[in-house]
Amino acid sequence: MADKLRNQQELERLQAKYVGTGHPDTTSWEWKTNIHRDTYSSIAGHPPLLSYIALAENEPVAKVRVQMIRKMLQPAGPPPPRDEEAFVLARQDGS
Amino acid sequence: MATTSNMFLYSLTLQPPTTISQALLGQFSGTKEQQIITASGSRLTLLQPDPRQGKVNTLLSHDIFGIIRSIASFRLAGSHKDYIILATDSGRIAIVEYLPKTNRFSRIHLETFGKSGVRRVIPGQYLAADPKGRACLISAVEKNKLVYVLNRNAQAELTISSPLEAHKPGVLVLSLVALDVGYSNPVFAALEIDYSEADQDTSGKAGSEPEAQLVYYELDLGLNHVVRKWSDTVDPTSSFLFQVPGGNDGPSGVLVCGEENVTYRHSNQEAFRVPIPRRSGATEDPQRKRVIVSGVMHKLKGSAGAFFFLLQTDDGDLFKVTLDMVEDNEGNPTGEVQRLKIKYFDTIPIAQSLCILKSGFLFAASEFGNHHLYQFEKLGDDDEELEFTSDEFPTDPEAAYTPVYFRPRPLENLVLVESMDSMNPLVDCKVANLTGEDAPQIYSVSGNRARSTFRMLKHGLEVSEIVASELPGTPSAVWTTKLTKYDDYDGYIVLSFTNATLVLSIGETVEEVTESGFLTSVPTLAVQQLGEEGLIQVHPKGIRHIVQGRVNEWPAPQHRSIVAAATNENQVVIALSSGEIVYFEMDADGSLAEYDEKKEMSGTVTSLSLGRVPEGLRRSSFLAVGCDDCTVRILSLDPESTLEMKSIQALTSAPSSLSIMSMEDSTGGMTLFLHIGLHSGVYLRTVLDEVTGELTDTRQKFLGPKPTKLFQVSVQNQSCVLALNSRPWLGYTDPLTKSFVMTPLSYSELEYGWNFSSEQCLEGMVGIYANFLRIFTIEKLGETMIQKSIPLTYTPKRLVKHPEQPYFYTIESDNNTLPPELRQQLLAQSGGAVNGDSEVLPPEDFGYPRAKGRWASCISVVDPLSEEPSVLQRIDLEGNEAAVSAAVVPFASQEGESFLIVGTGKDMVLSPRKFSEGYIHVYRFHDDGRDLEFIHKTKVEEPPMALVPFQGRLLAGIGKTLRVYDLGLRQLLRKAQGEVAPQLIVSLQTQGNRIVVGDVQQGVTYVVYKPESNKLIPFADDNVNRWTTCTAMVDYESVAGGDKFGNVWILRAPERASQESDEPGSEIQLLHARNYLHGAPNRVSLMVHFYTQDLPTSIVKTNLVVGGQDVLVWSGLQGTVGVLIPFVSREDVDFFQNLESHMRSEDPPLAGRDHLIYRGYYTPVKGVIDGDLCERFTLLPNDKKQMIAGELDRSVREIERKISDIRTRSAF
Repeated sequence: MADKLRNQQELERLQAKYVGTGHPDTTSWEWKTNIHRDTYSSIAGHPPLLSYIALAENEPVAKVRVQMIRKMLQPAGPPPPRDEEAFVLARQDGS
Repeated sequence: MATTSNMFLYSLTLQPPTTISQALLGQFSGTKEQQIITASGSRLTLLQPDPRQGKVNTLLSHDIFGIIRSIASFRLAGSHKDYIILATDSGRIAIVEYLPKTNRFSRIHLETFGKSGVRRVIPGQYLAADPKGRACLISAVEKNKLVYVLNRNAQAELTISSPLEAHKPGVLVLSLVALDVGYSNPVFAALEIDYSEADQDTSGKAGSEPEAQLVYYELDLGLNHVVRKWSDTVDPTSSFLFQVPGGNDGPSGVLVCGEENVTYRHSNQEAFRVPIPRRSGATEDPQRKRVIVSGVMHKLKGSAGAFFFLLQTDDGDLFKVTLDMVEDNEGNPTGEVQRLKIKYFDTIPIAQSLCILKSGFLFAASEFGNHHLYQFEKLGDDDEELEFTSDEFPTDPEAAYTPVYFRPRPLENLVLVESMDSMNPLVDCKVANLTGEDAPQIYSVSGNRARSTFRMLKHGLEVSEIVASELPGTPSAVWTTKLTKYDDYDGYIVLSFTNATLVLSIGETVEEVTESGFLTSVPTLAVQQLGEEGLIQVHPKGIRHIVQGRVNEWPAPQHRSIVAAATNENQVVIALSSGEIVYFEMDADGSLAEYDEKKEMSGTVTSLSLGRVPEGLRRSSFLAVGCDDCTVRILSLDPESTLEMKSIQALTSAPSSLSIMSMEDSTGGMTLFLHIGLHSGVYLRTVLDEVTGELTDTRQKFLGPKPTKLFQVSVQNQSCVLALNSRPWLGYTDPLTKSFVMTPLSYSELEYGWNFSSEQCLEGMVGIYANFLRIFTIEKLGETMIQKSIPLTYTPKRLVKHPEQPYFYTIESDNNTLPPELRQQLLAQSGGAVNGDSEVLPPEDFGYPRAKGRWASCISVVDPLSEEPSVLQRIDLEGNEAAVSAAVVPFASQEGESFLIVGTGKDMVLSPRKFSEGYIHVYRFHDDGRDLEFIHKTKVEEPPMALVPFQGRLLAGIGKTLRVYDLGLRQLLRKAQGEVAPQLIVSLQTQGNRIVVGDVQQGVTYVVYKPESNKLIPFADDNVNRWTTCTAMVDYESVAGGDKFGNVWILRAPERASQESDEPGSEIQLLHARNYLHGAPNRVSLMVHFYTQDLPTSIVKTNLVVGGQDVLVWSGLQGTVGVLIPFVSREDVDFFQNLESHMRSEDPPLAGRDHLIYRGYYTPVKGVIDGDLCERFTLLPNDKKQMIAGELDRSVREIERKISDIRTRSAF
């Protein structure tokens, strides 16, 4: 039991330290958002990749870099409604 | 281990990346001189602008084997030297100092703070140093920020604290600067977006309307603690911050740049906002908003509070932004801001970084294309440009305002002084030998928009010719000589003909001298200024010693003639036709004394060399004698052992020329070398031991098919060896790497050469060929690539060559650009209305007018070889079509006639990929390919991204489909097709019936064409998703390629699968083979994998030097040209593997990145040895060299020879 607790604590510590560390209840939206954010930050951080996109889009590199970081805000759309909200919404629809 | 492979390659960089991702100004040497540090790819380069000549010289370039993400400089209070902070992908912060004495970067501190790699929450993306040098902040894109306190200890050494955290989860950083606050607590300003709310808000409202915050982080030096001191909402479109001077110099605070506005913000000041003026003009969209993409702040010397900003928009327009202060009663400015002003300054290409030098220059590191150095003519103070002030505009970003306009004009305040060649972005490259020289040239397309160029790269040194004059006959040799020991310049040029000698005097004009005392009726063998005022002429019948008009003649013994001679200031040696050697030395009274004994050689002497008299000595102690029995002997000239043989070396061919000279070696000291030119055209360099006369450490290079002749010349105060063969070569010590290099001169063939020095031309060379006398100089050592460029119209996408003729075809296209037909239309509409408006500014400087969703595209025919290399023809594509692929295809149905095939897309949107139609255009060649005629176009489902000739037909990759086309009268005719790729075909290679298909995301697939059943069947594919950019078949089973993340790899199909696929009648088996894990039945195996940092855009298998083996040449987007050289023997592999691992530990990368992990960034490095690291061996200090040599059980020289051999044998 103590082991389990320790594991839990360790996982929480990792999740706090490294953004995007998963947990058993990671939703598809969370996962997607996280992967997209990683991708965009990686593009912004690798100069050749950023130049490649800027060249194709025919935009300045500096502008594309900012665009990439802005896209990290909500890369996979808004979060899905939470369970209780979904329940409430469904009941409203039903009535 | 991953490195065990049966294929090994040696990776070398021929041309380092020419991009500059950031440039910084500072006094890095600790003197008043300003220098520029640039980060280009993995290289840190120190540039020295020379204000007098208006040039930028490279002092040092250091490969740090890591990705440089950001650099900053700082200076400790009271010091004069700037230090450099490096934020790289090593997960460590490195502080580096430049040591001007040894010309090295030296690392002072290296502090680990996180994981390595470019990650979202690992700091490194942003770096800012406090202007007073007390602290620096290093930040990640998201969440993490670390502050390091910089200080000095009692020994005045720089110290760095442990990091202070300023993390905030859920925050993205767009820009970061240090605030100028004078000597109060250091403050850093960050432009942030918070996404934590958007992550919670299911309605999506928070996500669609993000708020940007300007946040101040204050480092409390007393408490040693960082606090979020102040934050305020700013314009949500903001993307850039600039530091405003503070303390005594200004009001402090920041400029926040957003879409069409620049706002001044500070915690204790009001906000002031000016709009960014829009361009006016007939072809400009009046609604388009500009953003700032780069800028620089400059404080004017002398007057406190005088400063200005130059901010650049995405059009390249520079705007001068200034601040007005509130004045107190006495008219002195207070610390309070009154207004912000903006006005148009000039237009220059879009820059990544701008640096304003104190000497009045502006260094603009362009994001694409050449970097420029401008000189300020004026600061735009009193011109007629309209100035816009913040008084007329609301500070609220939501409030309405009327946009302002300006009219761009040619440069008025700046003058272009120097343009530094940059191949960034290098889009495509081909290797071909079109000029008929020994070695092939590299042809490439680079640049973007109207600054695109076609470039020809040639290996060689640039030569500038001073004189080329015709002579009455054809001379066989030429010399120059001083008249007395005390002359500064040469007085005579002596030319030897078959039966005469001509003496010319050098002065204002070159005239024939009759009273020289030289015997003019015989050919000459050697000319030398001897002693104080003597001159020597050696001719076949004797030696003539001329002192002040008196002539002493030494006749050759009867029935013998002189065949070779060597001379220096004190000594003369001649060889007689009988094989005897006669030695003379100058007496104290200035006359020549013959040594009593003659030395008999076994064969006929072909060449002799003495070498110069070393400073402070009376004589050169060695004589090198080359005989036709393929030997070189070293004879002693010491008085105790005159003409005794010291050593002998056997050669592969008779020596044609010898030269003893001392040159700088890799340790920085001088070493005596014997240079040997052979009849076979081989050049050898051996070390001549100054005590024993032993010959050791021979290096060789094949220069050409003729006998090699060698001459000692001087370039940039360095003794160099001029080697003449079918082209002239220069052997010298590279000023940066200190290694010996042999580089061809970009000059015509020469028969004979000699040093030349006159008042007008201090360090020149004189050469003869046929009946021409040429005088030339070499300006710059070290730059061994000569570039010639031809301007193109739009951003190039592909380069193809005519199969037989020396012409190239480029396809070019620019997204979101107004095509010429619409431009004309708009100009015509407005033309009558506004006069003077119709004047079109040159697009190279001002860019093309932009229009969303529009494409401007063309096909150009380039002739690189004519006198004036130029574009011969340009075909503009119409109807919003843009070219995406091209190939030259010979069609068997047209009796092998070649056609240019161009794939296009209509109304393309790049992301997410959309288009309305795709086409394949066919053009016929006329006039040997100088002219193109449009034949027809065929509509296809998608823009075809890859085209290639295939068995007399065209093979096109259209989306996932591979299709074979034949040429019809009205359109292309489908012959076969197959769906072979998972996503999108971007590259095709073929050999026989095999086709290698590169997918945009899913690696490569091997496809076989079955002619019997006319089917295209994939039989092997990749086990890793490779985002392929380019491929080249290395052999029938293997393919080399590059991907978008900067890897180069070689894949090989399994042997059995490869054989089975080609067996006749195997299609049924192949078609019904069981798929393996949803892919093809077989998997390719990885042979070689290597991370290059740059993004490979093309890869070709070719050879680069005369008689060299085939190598893989790849080009990278940032302007890199690299080669992969295959190893032939296992011994070499073991040696270099050992050397590489020693180099990793003895010369660890500067920024603390682990070299092995860096080269295995995505996939562990396999089968490649990093030659760039191995070549750093020559730069190590001597003790480390000795240590490594000891470990490897070899001598230092041997290791250096191996390193230079592997390079020179296959590349330059």
